Formats: sequence, C-alpha cells, structure tokens
Amino acid sequence: MRVLMFGWEFPPHIAGGLGTACYGMTKGLAYNDVDVLFVMPSASGDEDESAVKIINASDVAIDTVSATVDEFLGKVQFVHIGTNMIPYVDPQDFTTMVEEERKRQIKSFRVQYGQKYKFSGKYGANLMEEVARYAMVGATIAMQYKDQFDVIHAHDWLTYLAGIAAKQLTGKPLVVHMHATSYDRASDDQVDTRVVDLETKGMMAADKVMAVSELTRNICINRYGIAPEKVVAVHNAVDFTGREKIEVERNVKEKVVTFLGRVTYQKGPEYFIEAAAKVLKRCRNVRFVMAGSGDMLNRCIRHVARLGISDRFHFTGFLRGKEVHKMFALSDVYVMPSISEPFGISPLEAMQTNVPSIISKQSGCAEILKYALKVDFWDVDAMSDVIYGLLQYPAIASLAARCGYEEVNSIKWNDVAAKIKGIYQEVIDASK
Amino acid sequence: MKKSICLYFQVHQPARLRLYRFFDIGKDSHYYDDFANRTILRRVAQKCYLPMNALLLDLIEANKGAFKVAFSISGTVLEQFDRYAPEVIESFRKLAQTGNVEFLSETYYHSLASLQSPIEFKNQVLKHKAAIEHYFGVTPKAFRNTELIYSDAIGEMVYDMGFKTMLTEGAKHIMGWKSPNFVYNCAQASGLKLLLKNSSLSDDIAFRFSDRNWADWPLTGEKYLSWLKAAGQNDDIINLFMDYETFGEHQKSASGIFDFMRYFPEAVIADGQFEFVTPSQAAKKHRSVGEIDVMDPISWADEERDVTAWLGNELQNDAFNKLYEQEEKLALLNDEALWSDFGHLQESDHFYYMCTKFFSDGAVHKYFNPYDTPYEAFINYMNVLSDFILRVDDAISVSDVNFAPAKKEKAPAKKAPAKKAAPKKAAVKAAPKKKAATAKKATAKKTAKK
Repeated sequence: MRVLMFGWEFPPHIAGGLGTACYGMTKGLAYNDVDVLFVMPSASGDEDESAVKIINASDVAIDTVSATVDEFLGKVQFVHIGTNMIPYVDPQDFTTMVEEERKRQIKSFRVQYGQKYKFSGKYGANLMEEVARYAMVGATIAMQYKDQFDVIHAHDWLTYLAGIAAKQLTGKPLVVHMHATSYDRASDDQVDTRVVDLETKGMMAADKVMAVSELTRNICINRYGIAPEKVVAVHNAVDFTGREKIEVERNVKEKVVTFLGRVTYQKGPEYFIEAAAKVLKRCRNVRFVMAGSGDMLNRCIRHVARLGISDRFHFTGFLRGKEVHKMFALSDVYVMPSISEPFGISPLEAMQTNVPSIISKQSGCAEILKYALKVDFWDVDAMSDVIYGLLQYPAIASLAARCGYEEVNSIKWNDVAAKIKGIYQEVIDASK
Repeated sequence: MKKSICLYFQVHQPARLRLYRFFDIGKDSHYYDDFANRTILRRVAQKCYLPMNALLLDLIEANKGAFKVAFSISGTVLEQFDRYAPEVIESFRKLAQTGNVEFLSETYYHSLASLQSPIEFKNQVLKHKAAIEHYFGVTPKAFRNTELIYSDAIGEMVYDMGFKTMLTEGAKHIMGWKSPNFVYNCAQASGLKLLLKNSSLSDDIAFRFSDRNWADWPLTGEKYLSWLKAAGQNDDIINLFMDYETFGEHQKSASGIFDFMRYFPEAVIADGQFEFVTPSQAAKKHRSVGEIDVMDPISWADEERDVTAWLGNELQNDAFNKLYEQEEKLALLNDEALWSDFGHLQESDHFYYMCTKFFSDGAVHKYFNPYDTPYEAFINYMNVLSDFILRVDDAISVSDVNFAPAKKEKAPAKKAPAKKAAPKKAAVKAAPKKKAATAKKATAKKTAKK
C-alpha cells in the first residue's frame, strides 16, 4: 500500500508537535509495509528519510499545462481575499479594496506558473498565502506521482487544500487528520474563521477524518457538523527510540513541580499558578517551574508576583531539545492543566522520564492514560490537592511513576499505524 | 552676602547581574556579569570620570578655591573602581586633597533600605562612611539618600545618625508655591537642613544640553548664568544636582559639555553675584526659611518624583519584600560573602529594571536597562534571589549545627562562595553591623571557619 502524505513540518526543524507526530506515524507505517511519499513545503535536506521519501514542495515548479490547476485557482482564491482584513473600513471602501486585492493576487498567481516557489514552511504572516501555494504545488505533485500512491493523507488544515486538490485531480481517496481544531487554539469568540472554513472544507471533502482523540472527534462532529460515522479517533503515540536517559544533578533540594508548554490561554497556565499558591500555603518544601513562552507569559509573571510566591515559582523561558529533557529529569510532578488539548504529548514524555503527571480531563491523552492523575482544568482545589498528595505521599508518587512508565512505553506508533492502515484500506475499498 | 551655587554630582554604577537561569539555582552562586560591569566601568571611566576629574582639578587650582563641588560615590562603584580602574580613585583622591570638594554620605549599596529597614539603612550608611574615610581620608558630613529619596521619617533617621544637612528633590507636589532656591529644614527634626534640587536648571545640563530640538540649544556659559541670575533674583541658593555620568557619557564630549563646564564656573566667578559652596557650607551659610512636610517619600526620578520607579508594580514589590525577608536570618550570620551579596541585591537599579512605566519615562528607563523587558529583569532577579535564599538558609542550618558540639564535623563542605572579592580593606568591612546582636554566634562561626 502506498500513501501520498501532505505535512507541514518534519523533524529536525519543527515548531510544534505536528512534525514529531508525522515522523512517528511514518515510521510506524513503514513498519506496517506502507510506503509513504511525504510532501512538505520546505525541506532542509537533513530530514530522516529512512522510512519516507520526502518531496520538497519548494523544488517543484507549478505545472502550467494542466488546465485543471487553472480551474483549481478559482477554488483557492477565497483564501486570499480574507488575508488583508482591516478593521474599521466602511463597506464601500472594503469592496474596492477587496476587488483590487483580488486582481493583484490573480496576477501574482499567474506569475508563479512554471516557477518554483520558495516556501518558508514557518507559521508567519504569509501563512495563508503559503497554504494556497502549497495547494497548487501539491496538485502538481499529485499529478506527477499519480501512479505511485493509492490514498492521500493530509495533516491539519494547512495541508487540506493540497489534499483536496490532489483528490480532485487524481480521484484517489482522501483522509484528513485533525491534530488540533480552531476551537482548541482560541476561545469560541476568537476563532479564526478562515481556518475554520478550511478545516470544514477539508473534512467535507475527505472520505474519512481521523481525530487524535474522542475529544477532538466530538468537536469535529458537534462544531463542524461532520457526520459521526465519517470521523474516527486515532490516538497518538510517542516514539522514544534513540532517547538515552539523561542523568541530571538536582540543583535544588525542594521538590519541583513543572508546567511545560506554550504559555497560552489554551494551556491553562493560570490554573497552574493558582494551584501553586494553594500548595505553597500548605507546604514550603516545593518549587514550581513554568517552562515555555507565549502570549500569556507576562500576565503570568505579574500574577505570580501579585500572589507573592515568586521566590518559589520560577520561569525558564522557551526551552528547546535537551533542555526540555533536562527539565523533565529535574521534575517531581508534571502538570498539564490544558483547557482544551486535542491530544497532548508532553505528559507522555514526562511519564517516560518517570515523572508522575497530572493532566486535565479536557485533554485527549486523558482518554488513554490510566496512570496519569486527572482533574478538571478549572478545579484548582483538586489540582493542588493532587500536587500535594504526590509531593507528600511517596506511595502514590512511586506507583504513578512506575506504572506510568510502563504504560507510555506500551503506546507504540506501530500499533497506531496498523489502525491507520486499516482505515486506508477501508477508504480504498470504498472508492473502488 | 553673595548668593550660592551648590554643585553635587552622583557617581554610581550597579553590580549588574548575569543571565541567571533556573538551572543555576543551588549550583552556581556567582551572580554578577563581571564582563559587562568591567566593560561599562572602563568605558565610563575613560569618557567621563577621568577627563571630568582632571577638568575639575584644573578649575579648582586655577580659581584658587573659589570653585567647589560635592560628590556622592556609592560603595558599589568604589568596589568596581578598586577592581577595574584604580586610577579613578586616585584622581578623586587628588580632588579630595584640594579641600574644595565635599564627599557626601549615602548608603553603601545605593539601596532603598531607608524605605524598609532602619537597621539595614544605618548599617549601610556606616559602611559607606568607613569606605569614604578609607579611600579619601575625609569624613562625610552631609547626607544624600539613594536617588534623593526623602520623607520626614527618613529625615529623622538621618538626623539621628548625626547629620545636619541632607539633599533632596524640590518636588513640585511638595513645594507648591515655595521656591526650591532656599534652605529648608526637616519637619520632624528641625536641626536637619534640607537643600533642594532645582530640577529645571539641573536638567538643562543633565538632559537637555545636547538636544538640538531644544529651543535654547546651544547652551552657553553666559546664557546659563543669565538664567541662574533670573532664578536667583529673590532667592538664596541654586542647587544643581545631577549624575556625574552627565559629563561625557550621557552628554557626549562632542556636544561641548566639557567646554561648557570649563567656561561656566569662570563666568560665574567673574560675574561675582554668585559663589560656589559645598552642601555643608551652604547649610552653615544660609538660614532655614521654614520647614517642609513630606509624608510620602519623594525622589528625583521620573515625572512623579516619587518612588514608583522602584516600587511601583507588583513585580517590584514582591521582589523587594522577598529580599528584605532575609534580613532577620542574616542578622544571625557573620558571613562576609552573604552580606556582600545581600547588599548588592539591594541596589535600587535592580528594581528600576523591573519598572513598567514605559510610556512616560520609558526613554530614560530604557537607556540604563540591560534587559529587554521588566519581566526578564524580574525573572532573572528572582532566580538569583532564590539561590541567595538557599544559601542563607543553608548557612543558618549550619550555624545551628555548630551549636551542637558533637555534630560539628557534619557541617557540609559549603559550595564555593560567591567569587566576588570580599572587601579587601579591613577599614571597609569594619561596618559594625549586627555585632552586638550576635556576638555569641559570631564566635561559633569563626571556629567553624578554621
């Protein structure tokens, strides 16, 4: 079985968990005898191609002869019109602006024909433009490799247009993978409607939708109106191969409770701070660390100062690579109080480092982790209670650490990939 | 009687902290960015301290005593001079020997101790006095608090320490209709005379001198003298207080600031209406015209002229409180390195970096700030402070162990003390802090050290 996979990033150059998940998944698929052609916007050449063949979209010229691509242009234009939203413009001005912008963009699109487009592969200001271009290049690639795959697999909304285009041009079945939804990224009133639009289009066009958890599956059904029988939950796994145990000398004698992740609304950092303050009232033999950066960081720092606990609550800023592992190794308790977390890979990493984890019930990984402690994100009392328990009663901490370690090591991409392979088979059979 | 001009220059450089991460806590107790501190001090010495000291010495000698100035030099910067630019101390000593230069008293660490702890405040003033005596052979008689911070309560403490003269800001919200160009006295200690900074005329030199958008640019000696005359028409004294780094560092040499300073005093002396006095002389010469009530502390900083530049937001307050919570424990310890770090962590500059008043006085705050944001400043400071607290607590438990003789050898090999050179000169460390309180423990400590 062969699959054409559209991704946005791939290790080693990653900004989020998407690349890591794609990497683990492709390795698992290779183990299950599935060949993967992995398309990404900007490959650097140092990606691990042992399990996949990587196609760098920046190296592919858009095919001018294909009339279908031209036809497809009409479908992607809507993305463009939305990119220059300016507040406080009266309707008439807005119409003119949009019209001008549309003309300009069609022109600039035509210039791109027959040329290669250098994708940044980042998540910058031109993201929407890159998404549209990626779709065009994706379509071209799909035509070029037409005979080398049986099914198309697109990861997250960034690649859905490319997936749709490939499906329309080749007639091969499409599977889209929801790693996160717009409703996880922002509170309800702040969702990016352009993204929601793309997500909906992708899921509508797909033959099957894979969601990283039941939680995400429910969002797909309830918020996006996708037919329940079309959405399947496929939980992530973690690939721990090649990770040696690092020995870190403890620098403080107190116990360390860690929050590690982006400091954004979705991750619930303020609940962590509140819980920390409660724990510190009862025992002083503990330090809290907030590792990571994000738009809530400064607000959190002020919050900590206002509570007067800054001698026991530390900030590390953004950590990368080794520092993350070091941070886990220094931790006694890991807390992930996410308000909405499609899956959440870091508690698995913590547990793999023998750190007992507390996760919110609103996170996808809570569905598969038996030995993580679960609380509602808003229940600061329960959270502080569990933190206190893990710090003060060695029995529960060692149980959670030992069993958690075994548990996460039994979650394998190979098994997940087998499930994915089954889904591929299903859509291939159905499309025949 | 001639009217007076009183010039006072503040000399201070903070002990800037290095990037200190969470991972360093408990592992590495060297807190200072030695490279930055040395580089900046050497630069300022070349651009400001050395040339300006030479210029002032020339002026004093050329005018045969008619020209006088006062300096306040923080202990922190003295330590840095000692380490990185001893020639600056030498040049100040030459100025001291002319007898026309007064050295003021202040807190050794340029700290905000006066706002929090009378005991620590006194310790630092005494430590500073010892340092000035040691380096310059003179005993300071007039007092100037960090950033000219003053309130009735602070005035009373200063008076109780034996000072008769204190310098502060002529803050508008305190003065109201009153002119800063007179000598006043403290409301709670009438024996303490107050010299008030004339902000407008001081800032003409300190902030506006090189500003080409300023309507009065360029500032010449005559022009400035005419302003002084206008301001002093019915008044007694004009107090020009500013940072010494104004000369050559804030106002670059190319702006002509050195030429201005060479010419302006001579213009004053030739004119004859004013004479230069030092703060102590001014207080002797002029009678107090009345007392000034200052309930809440004032300072010379920012538009508000209060202490919100250092203690104005929750970050600063929390850091400040956490720092002074250590004082009680430290009183039980006689550990030179700990006391030195405690002092340096008290420097007002650290709190200044955490200031969030970016919109009104941001420019000035930014200029002196090694951090990009107040948040970074806070995180870094708290990491350092956390390590410091660990050391204090360790030292306390070790000293407790020492009281139980049987367990003496259990005292663990302490981690390397801060590499900071402990004050070298016996005279400098003579500060008689907490001796009485802890004579017993001190002896116990000493035996432990051997």
